Amino acid sequence: MNEQKIDQYRRDFFTKATATAATGVIAPGVMLMQVGQAQARPLDQAASNKNRWGLLIDSNKCADGCSDCVKACESENAWGSGSTDEQKSDAGQKAQWIRTVTLKNKLTSKEHQLPMMCQHCEQPPCVDVCPTGASFKRADGIVLVDKHICIGCRYCMMACPYKARSFIHEDLHDQSPDVPRGKGTVESCTLCVHKIDRGDGTTACAEACTHQAILFGDLNDPNSTISIEMKKHATTQIRADLNLNTGVRYRGI
Amino acid sequence: MKPVVHYSAIEGRSLAFWGLLGTFGLFLVLGLGAVWVMEHNGHHVTGMNNQIIWGLPHVFAVFMIIAASGILNVASIASVFGKKMYKPLSRLSALMAIAFLGGGLMVLMLDLGRPDRLVIAATYLNPKSVFAWNILLYPGFFAAVGAYIWFMMERRMNRYTHQIGLFAFVWRLLLTTGTGSIFGFVVARNGYDAAVLAPMFIIMSFGFGLAIYLLSLMATCRWTGRELGDSVVRQLKNLLGVFIAAMFYFVFVFHLTSLYGTENHSFENFILVDGGLFTQLFWIGWVGVGLVLPLAIVYHPSMSKSRAWIGIACAMVIAGGLASMYVIIIGGQAFPMSIFPGFEVSSSFGDGQIASYAPSIWELGLGIGGIALALAMTTFAIKVLPFVPDSLSDELMDPHYTPAKEVEVEAETDAA
Repeated sequence: MNEQKIDQYRRDFFTKATATAATGVIAPGVMLMQVGQAQARPLDQAASNKNRWGLLIDSNKCADGCSDCVKACESENAWGSGSTDEQKSDAGQKAQWIRTVTLKNKLTSKEHQLPMMCQHCEQPPCVDVCPTGASFKRADGIVLVDKHICIGCRYCMMACPYKARSFIHEDLHDQSPDVPRGKGTVESCTLCVHKIDRGDGTTACAEACTHQAILFGDLNDPNSTISIEMKKHATTQIRADLNLNTGVRYRGI
Repeated sequence: MKPVVHYSAIEGRSLAFWGLLGTFGLFLVLGLGAVWVMEHNGHHVTGMNNQIIWGLPHVFAVFMIIAASGILNVASIASVFGKKMYKPLSRLSALMAIAFLGGGLMVLMLDLGRPDRLVIAATYLNPKSVFAWNILLYPGFFAAVGAYIWFMMERRMNRYTHQIGLFAFVWRLLLTTGTGSIFGFVVARNGYDAAVLAPMFIIMSFGFGLAIYLLSLMATCRWTGRELGDSVVRQLKNLLGVFIAAMFYFVFVFHLTSLYGTENHSFENFILVDGGLFTQLFWIGWVGVGLVLPLAIVYHPSMSKSRAWIGIACAMVIAGGLASMYVIIIGGQAFPMSIFPGFEVSSSFGDGQIASYAPSIWELGLGIGGIALALAMTTFAIKVLPFVPDSLSDELMDPHYTPAKEVEVEAETDAA
């Protein structure tokens, strides 16, 4: 059943990705330079648990006041300033897939900031609580919402320890074909699944971060840059006490 | 000859009856109108947002769902625990349990982002979801209590009333555990993450359910001119007192447990000391109106003998119950989640801030619509089927009134 859902989801954007994939076949030299370690998956192949996509975020490098990652996500996934939608919703009702959080040490008052989004847990509470199974985790670790079977109960939002999810409070018209959204359903960071599947090998936020604070990669590949960096430096999970084994890891908190 | 309890449908032809049913119907229609506005426009017309995810409709829905299982207690006391005095009260108890669950579910379902996809909730079930367990528990409750009513009304099935009553009783305990666990299993939020919420919800259901039942019984008997003896009222109000005391105990233990851990101090401070509306609702609504005052009334030497005061005590338990749901459900969300312990946090998404919530008229309309549905169902059902005993006089109900006589319950309405 899970595979069917994944296939359904893929179909939605693979039409758009065909051109990119074709270019990849025709001009492999050029493309491979760009895609680095990731490749587009063939249409008939399901996402594999050989990969575990994730992010490593270095809050030491995250520059105060910078919100390039947020803007890039908005534009890539057509929410917030990337879309003309959600004009009727008030500030608290508008979707927010990624946000910058400022942390101030209570003892020293030292401030730093970091981007927060869906942490793509291995054991996601949102998936546990979803009554219909609309919240699901792909084999490659990406946590998504199937917009076709989400009934809008919002239990996943109650359960998410990272407040990573948003509810759509009104009709939408200005969407990206790659990123399905809809009134009355819940959504969150997709780890730019459409980019991953077409072999871009990165996410919009990682791409946009000029401070190199966000690193995308395969946590299961010991030779990936992200794995090497995580072996080299101490990293943390947010709310590690919940033992969710997040796909998004941090340095410098 | 032993006195026999007869049941009959109420006449229901008076202007007052139709006026009452019409009033419930009007509120139901207004509630459905509110749903139309919410679904047509989307939830942006409500006070709900991405911080207060579940608003006023959930306050009403959860209150009604737990009250529904509590209303059934009156019947359970008769058929499960063998208290004969409660037997004539059982049919109405089972009927109102179904009606209130129906009303509560209506509110819950119509507040979904996509109520049109309700069928998906029944066809795609995630076995690990507490919500999905509840989706199975609700129809099970309707079926069990429906069969229970049938067994009570059908003479041939009377002898199985104990078995079906026991089944319905166990089922209602599971149902309330399931409802409490929707919140109790949410580990992410300080206000919810507590296993004690499930038993606390069960005790609350006893209290809310009995208050609703007693108030409805007094109103029904008064408006239909059926005798309601002091002995029934006295027993029910004494039981209500016990339930209120038990609720008090659970509220105390819940907050004491929470207060013991330093990590919860700021949340407890928010609810108990400086949470503004939530603190007021906790102390004045939940504790004052919902617990202390009704407890004082039902045990007061003179007030406890007055039907009017007992009615007021019931209404207070109901009002306090709604306040308690508001504090638990909305207060639990308004308090910021502890995502980065040890830091003061801020963001454009409400991190580190108390979330604000102003319920809209549409949400209130939907909630009241649910209550109207439950009351309309009850009012209509007692007109068409014999749910209400002809008399609950002391002569029939009080074993000490005429000690030689014993109450016997007859299944069918005496047509004559």
